[in-house]
Amino acid sequence: MLVEVFVTPKRGVLDPQGRAIEQSLKSLGFRQARGVRVGKYILLEIEAGSAAEARRTAQAMCERLLANTVIEDYRLRVEGE
Amino acid sequence: MRWGVVTFPGSLDDRDVLYALREVMGQDAVSLWHKDERLYGAECVVLPGGFSYGDYLRCGALARFAPIMNSVARLAAEGGVVLGICNGFQVLCEARLLPGALTRNRSLSFICERVTLRVENASTPLTRLLSPGELIRLPIKHGEGLYVAPEQELRRIEERGQVLLRYVDADGGLSAQANPNGSMNAIAAVANESFNVFGLMPHPEHAVEACLGGTHGLKLFGSLLQGA
Repeated sequence: MLVEVFVTPKRGVLDPQGRAIEQSLKSLGFRQARGVRVGKYILLEIEAGSAAEARRTAQAMCERLLANTVIEDYRLRVEGE
Repeated sequence: MRWGVVTFPGSLDDRDVLYALREVMGQDAVSLWHKDERLYGAECVVLPGGFSYGDYLRCGALARFAPIMNSVARLAAEGGVVLGICNGFQVLCEARLLPGALTRNRSLSFICERVTLRVENASTPLTRLLSPGELIRLPIKHGEGLYVAPEQELRRIEERGQVLLRYVDADGGLSAQANPNGSMNAIAAVANESFNVFGLMPHPEHAVEACLGGTHGLKLFGSLLQGA
């Protein structure tokens, strides 16, 4: 089952990359840009009998390895959900 | 006391730590491989700087699951001393043996320079040869050394005296300019709650001989030795 993992810095955690990009966007004239955050996109397949099971497994993967929950949030998109 | 120095694939400073301990300080130090499951009698384990596992995913995130880390965690739980330098600090944070995390420098640049550090707590096994407020000079070289902790956690570690070193200017004052990587509260070194696990971004092993530009690193290694 195809699972997409989006990892982003938690609100309140300094994100120097996001800030630099936001400044660049503004200097290009995109003054509408707000709250730019830079994260990671991880795509993986999980062997599972159901979407719910795949989600549970992906959650466990995020908690243990894919995200550092001290500073990062994660969001999942599971095929078939 | 026997020291152990861990080598992960991508470690860089393991040999410098071994050199500092063996050649400069005359210590018994054993080299440990990341796949080892035992510590071979080491009572104090150093996780060195470098780019373990290529810093893939996050710095230290993969190294924390190396086989040797089970023994390191056990040693820490039993009260043994664990010292993480630079990448080793990142590994210990990822392993949740130390509070907080280390992220990309505020400047987004890799920094390689000598910094001034102020001793915040001199009554720990890592700092007992120093005095509170003393200034020391050590080199830093990292791209991800910005120390972050959730606000509550930060308050707790400050209250408990877990902050051991802070980046300061030449006069010992705090300023944005003197904080090379933008760390919260200018934190350069922390301890765990029971003060037997330590992490710092500066490199004591690169400051152990006058010809290398300073010997303040010896005070940190020496402190650990005195408690043994």
